[in-house]
Amino acid sequence: MAASEGPKAGWLARLKAGLGRSSARLSQGIAALLVRRRLDAATLEELEELLISADLGAATAARLVADLARGRFEREVTPEEVKEALAEAVARILAPHAVALRPDPARKPFAILVVGVNGSGKTTTIGKLAKRFREEGRSVMLAAGDTFRAAAVEQLKVWGERTAAPVIAREPGADAAGLAFAALAEARARGIDVLLIDTAGRLQNKADLMAELAKIVRVLKKQDPEAPHAALLVLDATVGQNAHAQVEVFRDMTGISGLVVTKLDGTAKGGVVVALAERFGLPIHAVGVGEGADDLRPFDARAFARNLMGLDA
Amino acid sequence: MFESLSGKLGGVFDRLRRRGSLSEADVAAALREVRIALLEADVALPVVKDFIERVRERAVGEEVLRSVTPGQQVVKIVHDHLTETLGPAAEGLNLDAPAPAVILMVGLQGSGKTTTTAKLGRMLAQRQRRKVLMASLDVRRAAAQEQLAQLGAQAGIAVLPVVAGEGPLAIAGRALDAGRREGYDLVLLDTAGRLHIDDELMAEAKALAVRTRPVETLLVADALTGQDAVNVARAFNDRVGITGIVLTRVDGDARGGAALSMKAVTGRPIKLIGVGEKLDALEAFHPDRIAGRILGMGDVVGLVERAAEQIDRDEAERLARKVQKGGLDLEDLLGQIRQIGRMGGMEGLLAHLPGVAKIKSRLADARIDSRALKHQEAIILSMTPAERRRPEIIKASRKRRIAAGAGVGVPEVNRLLKQFSDMSRMMKRVTEMEKKGLLRRGLERLMPPGR
Repeated sequence: MAASEGPKAGWLARLKAGLGRSSARLSQGIAALLVRRRLDAATLEELEELLISADLGAATAARLVADLARGRFEREVTPEEVKEALAEAVARILAPHAVALRPDPARKPFAILVVGVNGSGKTTTIGKLAKRFREEGRSVMLAAGDTFRAAAVEQLKVWGERTAAPVIAREPGADAAGLAFAALAEARARGIDVLLIDTAGRLQNKADLMAELAKIVRVLKKQDPEAPHAALLVLDATVGQNAHAQVEVFRDMTGISGLVVTKLDGTAKGGVVVALAERFGLPIHAVGVGEGADDLRPFDARAFARNLMGLDA
Repeated sequence: MFESLSGKLGGVFDRLRRRGSLSEADVAAALREVRIALLEADVALPVVKDFIERVRERAVGEEVLRSVTPGQQVVKIVHDHLTETLGPAAEGLNLDAPAPAVILMVGLQGSGKTTTTAKLGRMLAQRQRRKVLMASLDVRRAAAQEQLAQLGAQAGIAVLPVVAGEGPLAIAGRALDAGRREGYDLVLLDTAGRLHIDDELMAEAKALAVRTRPVETLLVADALTGQDAVNVARAFNDRVGITGIVLTRVDGDARGGAALSMKAVTGRPIKLIGVGEKLDALEAFHPDRIAGRILGMGDVVGLVERAAEQIDRDEAERLARKVQKGGLDLEDLLGQIRQIGRMGGMEGLLAHLPGVAKIKSRLADARIDSRALKHQEAIILSMTPAERRRPEIIKASRKRRIAAGAGVGVPEVNRLLKQFSDMSRMMKRVTEMEKKGLLRRGLERLMPPGR
């Protein structure tokens, strides 16, 4: 995140405010738990539960707490010490996965497919990405691949206008794969730098809808075997353990190359990301911290982990 | 590791069932697994703890009394308590107010408010014959108002025309005026998604509630939500005041933890569930059924209810008469295929059946999906009316033409024709047996030969 320009203090403060709220309860809980207490088995169990209630999941929480206990068991510990140690452990897990999304200028266009369940924030994320790429001086084209949901095309067109990016769209109900194919051809012909392809939201247990997604990838590869050059799974921070199933199935169907976590400005802790990073080893490119066009930020492992634990960045 | 809650609890209770009798330690071991399963199912921690304690009290007390099938006893206790926590039994919407009664829809961004508003409007208009007006107060998300307008057009429900630059309170006022003036029974207000910690927008939601005095304020919440569900539900209940919850995306493989959490912390009933993207995919919430589904018992009642609603009674009677005459044709088979499609396809049907949670992954491997039905439909649609009425005239060259028309191979056409002849033979046998009063002789005679 340090690499990003722009209103740094503004967004960092915003992310902190959002995460701070979400972590306040967690850190208060840890503090209440540890003041004048030994790190005994009962304390560890309660710590584990607190991590679980931050959506880290039972397995990850158990492991983090076991790591924490090593060398500290039965010793007097301060809440601060525990928080620092947990934040460090989380940051260590996340650090290798904090990778910025940088379109390769050699690909013209660099095609980015954006997928996810309904309501996770795909279209808004595309709008924000388009704005960022435009500010970096790249030409951007948007493909309105959500041909199912009412007014999804209109929503993307609004973002196209805001970012001065052309939008390729067809009538509602049109074949999304055909549209993606045509958009890629159009972007190639016009020498566009980045093509962002929106898709309809779909629950990962709907086999037919997932097959449709695989078809989009298949037809893109007919034009360019390397396409899509990135496939982003957009995850809502409020999601619980179902995120595992989402990543697993979407990855199998489209070959996910990275994650974007949206709506981190609420009280949702997004803790499941820690387990996802470990289990799937996928890059986490960016986090969404608001509805505005500027509210998409690169993912920073240390800031995320420290904020989660209620510590100053 | 991450199978559904029903799968998890199914596994726990399978182990219990296999034992002859249960010690207190066994109950404790089972409940530890139930606890982890509930946490993995995104049930909020305090709710889980309370749940486990109550089940433990009840289980240990009864365990001694009947040691025959202790596993089944624990299943029942868990199920009963789950039902109690989720319940009480289905409450309908309260529409008892002078027209136009207002229903206010609130929730986080992306929870499914707009789609749910249109589904609800359609349900109330079609099933209860109410005159419904919908209005979008979402002036924030791009094209949100356009979305409701399009959904209204699809569902045949009136939508308040958009006036550019108008704020949410002004739109609500205009909707109420239009509701009164034009004699609507109900006005559904779809609001912008908002974070429960956004003071300004929560105050706006409160102001809307004060201004419009809704009979129902429904929190629309995503069934995929994690531990945060308790914070969201509590905040909307405290700040805006909700009368009920609509749980969306229940057709996903979400484990339903959010339902348990939100009901427990607000005490507000879950009134409706969203079970698909189509506008008719909104159902009443039945705590016992959801509890049963969570425990892997399947939602058989839901399946029956859906079937009753989807299957056209006249069509069924017509078919019955035809069967008795033995004059079944391919048009009838087409009708059958389409009915299965209307009931949510194979996946929709399977999701309701008992024990499916456990075999679901195997089904996914076998790629049983709705496409086979689509192919069959396409094959019949590629036939001429004469061929559909008299399938025996379909020989090699007709088969080739039909296969080409449907985009399948000739073997698929053969398979469909074979299936049809098996079906007609079976039907004929039923009617013959009925005539001879032999039906009690046993069902094995009904089975098509060879399988």
